[in-house]
Amino acid sequence: METAIKTSTVKDKLIFEFDTSKLFLFGNTKLREKAMESFYKIGIPNRKHEEYKYTRIDVMLKEEFYFSPDKNCNDEQIGHLKFLKDAFVVIIENGVFVKGLSNLQNLPKGLIICSLVDAEKSNSPVFEKHYAKYADVNADPFIALNTAMTKDGVFIHVAKNTIIEKPIHIIHVATAIQNTIIHPRNLIVVDENAQAKIVESFEILDSTAKIFSNALTEIVIDEYAVVDHYKIQDENAGLPDRQELGYLVNTTQVIQKKQSVFTTHTFTLSGSLVRNNLTLVLDGEHIESHLNGLYLTAGNQVVDNHTVVDHRKPNCNSNELYKGIIDGKSTATFNGKIFVRKDAQKTNAFQSNKNILLSEAGTINTKPQLEIYADDVKCSHGTSTGKLDEDKIFYLRARGLSLESAKKLLMHAFASEVVNTIKIEPLHEYIEGKIFKKFE
Amino acid sequence: MISIKNLHASIDGKEILKGINLEIKAGEVHAIMGPNGSGKSTLSAVLAGRSEYEVTEGEVTYNGINLLELSPEDRAREGVFLAFQYPIEIPGVSNVNFLKTAIGEIRAFKGLEPMAAKDFLAMLKEKQKLVELDGKLANRSVNVGFSGGEKKRNEIFQMAMLNPKLAILDETDSGLDIDALRIVANGVNKLKSKDNATIIITHYQRLLDYIIPDFVHVIYNGKIVKSGSKELALELEEKGYDFIKEEIEA
Repeated sequence: METAIKTSTVKDKLIFEFDTSKLFLFGNTKLREKAMESFYKIGIPNRKHEEYKYTRIDVMLKEEFYFSPDKNCNDEQIGHLKFLKDAFVVIIENGVFVKGLSNLQNLPKGLIICSLVDAEKSNSPVFEKHYAKYADVNADPFIALNTAMTKDGVFIHVAKNTIIEKPIHIIHVATAIQNTIIHPRNLIVVDENAQAKIVESFEILDSTAKIFSNALTEIVIDEYAVVDHYKIQDENAGLPDRQELGYLVNTTQVIQKKQSVFTTHTFTLSGSLVRNNLTLVLDGEHIESHLNGLYLTAGNQVVDNHTVVDHRKPNCNSNELYKGIIDGKSTATFNGKIFVRKDAQKTNAFQSNKNILLSEAGTINTKPQLEIYADDVKCSHGTSTGKLDEDKIFYLRARGLSLESAKKLLMHAFASEVVNTIKIEPLHEYIEGKIFKKFE
Repeated sequence: MISIKNLHASIDGKEILKGINLEIKAGEVHAIMGPNGSGKSTLSAVLAGRSEYEVTEGEVTYNGINLLELSPEDRAREGVFLAFQYPIEIPGVSNVNFLKTAIGEIRAFKGLEPMAAKDFLAMLKEKQKLVELDGKLANRSVNVGFSGGEKKRNEIFQMAMLNPKLAILDETDSGLDIDALRIVANGVNKLKSKDNATIIITHYQRLLDYIIPDFVHVIYNGKIVKSGSKELALELEEKGYDFIKEEIEA
C-alpha cells in the first residue's frame, strides 16, 4: 500500500508542478493541458503496463525529484563533448537551448537553427504546422508528459532543395546537485529534396544527483529528402567512480513522405536506465528506412529499445538491425513492432535482433511483433541470443591470441556490423574509440 | 622436439586415446593414419589444448616443457601450430587484423619488439604467394565465404605467417581437389626445415605422395598399433585398414 502512495506522490508532484508553471511555458497552454490530462489518465507506467514491464521507471521515480535544475556549465567544461570538430553544434543544457555555448556561426542559406521558444515566438509557420503533430499524447505517458512540461529545445529547419553537408550535432548535457527531471524537446523539419545529418548525444557532467531526462525529438522528412540520424547515449561516461546518475527516456518520432530516405542509429554505451521509443511512420510510396542499434550493457544497467515501423503506403522498404552485448547484472530489452497496413502492398520489411550474453546474471528480453494486413509483402524477423562462440575463441587462441584478446576481437567483430553503418567518418572513429575502451 | 608418453585422453567420460607413444625430432615429418574414429583428430586437439578433452594419464614434453600445462595460446606462442580440419569462420574479423594481432602477441610473449607495418605487409605478400592465396582474401573476414580449398590454403597461409616449430596438419587434404592439394603440399614443403617438424594426420595416402613422410604411424582404437616408413602408407592404401584390424585381432 505504501508503494502505491509513493508512486502517486510523484504523479501528484508532476501535476502540481505543471499547474504552477504552465502559464510561464512557451506555446499553446491548451495543448499542454490536453497532454497533461492524458498523462493523468495513464500515469507513470508500472509493471502492469505491457510496454514497460521490463523497465521499471516507476520504481526509479519513487525517490524525491525536483523540476528546476540549479547548475550551469561553462564553455570549458563542455569542450570535450563537442567531439565533431566540423559541425554545427547545438547545446541543450538541462533541457534549455543555450545559444552562448552553441557553435552556430555562418549558418548556410536554407538552414534555420534556433530555440523552440524563439521559433514559437517568431510565429514561424513551419513550426506551427509541425510542432507536436506527430508524437501522440495518448499513445505514451512520456510523450504526454514531455508535451505538457517541456521548457525548450531546438528547432531545425532545412529548406527545400538545401543540402547541409556538415553534421548538426545536438548535445544534450545535464548537470544537477539534486535529483532533477527535465523534458528536452526538439523539432527537426527537412523539406522536399533537402538533406541533413543530425547527431544527438546525451551526456551528464559534474553532477552529484540523479537526472531523469524525458527527451523527445520529432523529425519530419518531406518528399525526396534524405536524413541521416544518430543518437549517442552515454550519460554516465563523464561521471567519476562509475556513478550511476543518468536515467533517460528518449522518444524519437519520425514521419516520412514519399521517396524519402531515413537512416537512424542508436548507440547506447552507458546510462543507468535508457528507454528508447523510436517510431517511424512511412506515409508515402517508395520510402526507404534503416534502423540500426547497438547497446553495450553492464553493471545494473537497464536498456530498453522499443521500435515501431509503420508501413502505411505501398512499395516501401524498411530494414532494422539491433545488436547487443550484455554483461554483469544488466537487462536489455528489444521490442520491435512492424505494421504493414492494408494499403501497403509490395512492402519489404526486415528486422533482426542479435545478442551476446557475457554473464550468467544478465537478462535479455527480445520480442519481434509483426502485424501484417496486406497480402503481397515480404517481411522477416529473426532474433538470436548466445554466448561468445567457444570454437571461435579456441581458433583465435590456437593462433596465439590470449583469451582476453580473443574475446575482445570477437565482441568488436560483432559490434562492427552496426558501427560500420556510420557514414560520418569522425563519428565512426569516435564510436570505435568508445567501444574499444569499453572492451578493455 | 616432442615426446608423447602413454597419453590417455577422454571426452565426456569416454576414453578416446588409450596410451599413445610418439617421439618426433626436429626436421622430421610424421604421418599419422587410421580409420575414422580411431583418435587421430583427438590427438591433434589434445596437443593444441582443447579444453573439452581431459588428459587422464601420460605426458607430453615439447622442447623440454610440459606442453599439457600450457594454455592454447601459450602453446601457439611456443611454436605449436594446428591446421584445423574444419577452419572456423569469424565474421567481422579480417584475416589481416587477426594475423597482426596474433603476431603482435606472440612477439610480445617472446619479448620481441612489435613488427614494423612495412615488414608485416611484405611478409603478408610473400606468404600469400606461397599458397597462391588471392590478395583479396587477406582483407576479408576470416574464412567467411571461402571455398573448402581456400579455407585449407588459408590455414597453410597462417602457418607460413606464424612460422611454427611443430605443425600439426589435421586432415588438411580432406575435400581438396588435386590442384589445391598440390598447392597446399607445395606450401608445406617449402616451410619445412631442419629446425621444425610436421605431423600430418590423414585418412588417405594421397597427400603423402606430395609430402614425403619420414615415418608413418597407424592409430587404431586410441593406440599406435604400427609404425614404419612411407611404404607402410602404400600398403595401407592397397589393403585397406581392415588388414591392420585383422593383424591386431589375430
